[in-house]
Amino acid sequence: MHQRVARDAKPRMLMESLLGALTPLFATLTALLVGAAMLLILGANPLEAYSAMLRGAFGSTNAVADTLVKATPLLFVGVGICIAFRGGVLNIGGEGQLVAGAVAATTVALALPQWPGWAIIPLCLIVGFLAGALWGGIAGALKAYLNVNEILSTIMLNMIAVQGMNFLLRGPLMDPVQIESGSFIPQTARFSTTTDLPRLVPTRLHAGAALAVILAILIYIFLWRTTIGYRIRAVGLNPDASRAAGINVKRYMMLSLVLSGALAGLGGAVQVLGLHHRMFTDGSATGFTGGAGFNGIVAALFGKLHPLGTIPASVLFGALLVGANQMQRAVQVPSSFITALNGLVVVFVVGSDILSRRRARRRESLPSAEVPALDVQPEAEV
Amino acid sequence: MIARLFSLNTIVGIITAGIRLATPYLYATIGETLGQRSGLVNLGVDGIMLMGAYAAFFVTFKTGSLALGLLAAIVVGGLMGLVMAFFSVTLKAEQGITGIGVYLFGLGMSNLLFQKTLGTVETVSGFPAIHIPLLSDIPVLGPIFFRHNLLVYGAFALVPISWFILNKTTLGLKIRAVGDNPEAADSLGVSVTGVRYLTETVGGMLEGIAGASLSIALLNVFQENLTNGMGFIAVALVYFGGWRAVGALAGAILFSTVNALQLWLQVIGILIPPDFAIMMPYVLTIVVLAFTAQRVRAPAALSKPFERGEG
Amino acid sequence: MKTLRVTLLLVMTTTLFLLVGCPSTPAPTPTSPPEATATPPPPKPFRVAVVMPSAINDLAFSQSMYDALSKIKEEMGEDKFDFAYSEGMFVVDDAAAAIRDYASQGYDLVIAHGSQYGSSLVEIAPDFPNTSFAWGTTVDTFADKGINNVFAYEARSEQGGYVLGVIAASLSKSGVIGVIGPIETGDAKLYVEGFKAGVMATNPDAQVNVNWTGSFSDVALASEAAQTHINAGADALTGTAQMVVGAIGVAEEQGVLWFGTQADQSSLAPSIVVACQVYDWTVVLNEMIDLIQGGTLGGQAFAITLANKGLTIQYNPDYTVPDEVKTLADETIQGIIDGSITVEVE
Repeated sequence: MHQRVARDAKPRMLMESLLGALTPLFATLTALLVGAAMLLILGANPLEAYSAMLRGAFGSTNAVADTLVKATPLLFVGVGICIAFRGGVLNIGGEGQLVAGAVAATTVALALPQWPGWAIIPLCLIVGFLAGALWGGIAGALKAYLNVNEILSTIMLNMIAVQGMNFLLRGPLMDPVQIESGSFIPQTARFSTTTDLPRLVPTRLHAGAALAVILAILIYIFLWRTTIGYRIRAVGLNPDASRAAGINVKRYMMLSLVLSGALAGLGGAVQVLGLHHRMFTDGSATGFTGGAGFNGIVAALFGKLHPLGTIPASVLFGALLVGANQMQRAVQVPSSFITALNGLVVVFVVGSDILSRRRARRRESLPSAEVPALDVQPEAEV
Repeated sequence: MIARLFSLNTIVGIITAGIRLATPYLYATIGETLGQRSGLVNLGVDGIMLMGAYAAFFVTFKTGSLALGLLAAIVVGGLMGLVMAFFSVTLKAEQGITGIGVYLFGLGMSNLLFQKTLGTVETVSGFPAIHIPLLSDIPVLGPIFFRHNLLVYGAFALVPISWFILNKTTLGLKIRAVGDNPEAADSLGVSVTGVRYLTETVGGMLEGIAGASLSIALLNVFQENLTNGMGFIAVALVYFGGWRAVGALAGAILFSTVNALQLWLQVIGILIPPDFAIMMPYVLTIVVLAFTAQRVRAPAALSKPFERGEG
Repeated sequence: MKTLRVTLLLVMTTTLFLLVGCPSTPAPTPTSPPEATATPPPPKPFRVAVVMPSAINDLAFSQSMYDALSKIKEEMGEDKFDFAYSEGMFVVDDAAAAIRDYASQGYDLVIAHGSQYGSSLVEIAPDFPNTSFAWGTTVDTFADKGINNVFAYEARSEQGGYVLGVIAASLSKSGVIGVIGPIETGDAKLYVEGFKAGVMATNPDAQVNVNWTGSFSDVALASEAAQTHINAGADALTGTAQMVVGAIGVAEEQGVLWFGTQADQSSLAPSIVVACQVYDWTVVLNEMIDLIQGGTLGGQAFAITLANKGLTIQYNPDYTVPDEVKTLADETIQGIIDGSITVEVE
């Protein structure tokens, strides 16, 4: 038995890693199959619906651009989530951090309309990065030094960011034209065109997408090739051992949340500079973020919590979101069906993970997965 | 202005509102606490609440029976919990993400069903307020504590009940053992899988009731995204409460009372922008926890799937 | 090493997905706009697409547009008029994709029914010079940006708000009136300011308390806000946004009067809903359709008002309003129409 395994090891390994990579895709297809049954009940033609979905996500230059535009904030948040997860903290404050970064970048962009693009764009991005770092850092400091669980603080900080945004957009930052015309729409003026991120191709696709990919690669190098990155991962994998090894666990725990928030904040700045060119609110964060603060977590998990894996995972999830909207238009099903379908895909993909893990274990007899333990406590003693 | 804020009538109003609003949080937070004590994180609470709220409303609307409506919420919530358990326990899926999936599914599905079966906002007559004889006539305390609907009393009764079960029964011992040291529990013959399925299913039922406490008791309507993220606050309150029922109670009351207070501040016209008033419960929950957080230890096996023996 | 390979494979499969997807349909690009709509081909129905932020059954903003389009469809007949919709498009870049997609499908009129969609529309409209767009609620047609295929529409909700305020002040015994709003902006702000002005004009000693919930959908908080108003002595309430269904329930339970806006809410609580300001967009839609069929694709701003019957005050048939109050309300409506009453919003 053992010998046979050894003999077939090579081709089987290739086969199995292929299967491993395809598992999420199969899981997605299974979820879509369940969705097809629901579509039939709703009186829509599933074939028509899914071909519209595919067309909407990849069917034209514009569709591909839309998919990549959608994937961009997912990637920023997702890469940040990789850092947080690897550092043993669960950051569900992406929504608030996106908003914080966007609002900060907006303020700078509006304050300095005369500045040339080469100066204002980097400045806005840096400010967005720092604002996100601050918003994540609050949760980090609360966890490290005051023992406030980060799930609690990030949920609360999301709401606080939204209300702060509402205050600014219907007050100090509101477009003066809105006040003059008496329509009071809560949005800022359009930024000076000098702040526009360059377009990559003549579509909506902007340079922010490229920036996200570059950052994902940099974060990969950071996490796996630098001492600080190594320590972040060590703290995530085993805080007690790290502490024994002389690593300042609190500091690194905080650092993971700071970096995670900073990337989301940068994502928020990229959204306003690259896509909207102004900030607006509909009373919630979702109108602006598109739920990227949560969907980015899913993308990171689909990417096996690896910054590079998160790149294709974000594209796939972005495609799903963009394609689903096209499907809604094509067969005129309620948009709530799309939300439910997304939920099914997420659940099926996460659920299917056991198959890849089982194969991985059989192959390398690794400890179940290289996923760190969450909910690390700053101090383990009671 | 200040006098109006501190009048007895006002204070009674705020605390009463706090108790009313705390009800859905209590059910959901205690439900989630139960699961987390056995080692399962469920971020899908809001989705389960929405499905429970819809089920309760729809059945009550069609049959006119509140009991059947409540039962429907329990069944649907329990089923959602069961599904969550299947993915977290049997498939060992990453729990945080499974929860997000369950949330999205519940959010979409409850609204889809709402649109297809009801079509528009309807109303039902929900659980009426029960004035407890004698007690409800006590000044101040009467209106605050003894003039609520059945589900409010149920939520508060749940606090000692869940405390008792977790701390004074064999079952509670098993739940805690499974959450803290599943290997040891397993070696003592406790079924880790069985216990986790149980807590997650019962937790789902309670989250379903949390939804029902909105749709057929507090609000008596169903609308798209009725909970508006309450389930996430409920999850946060589990951490506030340090995985204890009494802590959950304190968190739910604090959050809800401050929310009621900020509504009052707006009504009497305190000169702060409403956006900052609305922030108050969120800020204060963090601040209070920052000052009071004890070194409570999380269940050691929280969010970790149980792998029996050495592979 | 392992993770890298997995990543590569994922990239490959994505590319595969992409390649399979690509050739399935020809790309509808902005550079090849659909057939011109300026000259109407009579056998083809007039096609409208609308993108809305909330659900078509929200008893509020989105429903008002959906109902208007359904009404027009009924009046003109299915062979002459047809419409498609995307609801729940609260995510602005999804809405933008939908607007662009509908435009590229050759719809005659694409309606962006949400003030937050404006910044997207200003970029999309120039790519489809032969398609007409409408954006609301706003007064901006982007004419100053050289765009001439966008109509603007708004609701002068402060007008109906004023009338309801007059009725509320006349019926209130305590002189305390409560208002529940989402966030203090746009349509909600206009309505609330109008309502307050109406109350104060009728009873200068009245007290109007306002509560903002910070959200359009927090039903529980809206219901608790209503309770707070009642505790503060209010015996008449109003509110705007889809969350108010919770507040109406509380009003009914406590026997407090309710005044609604955007849609007719009488069915929710027949015993206490006095009157509602109802939006009827058919007036402005019909005007737009006429203009488009005549070759004008944009550049004009419309408003539904009490004067053009786009805004109407609808009394709940199950609630009896004293005749003198009805007369006062009618006089107020007339005053607003002829300009003797002006509703100021600061």
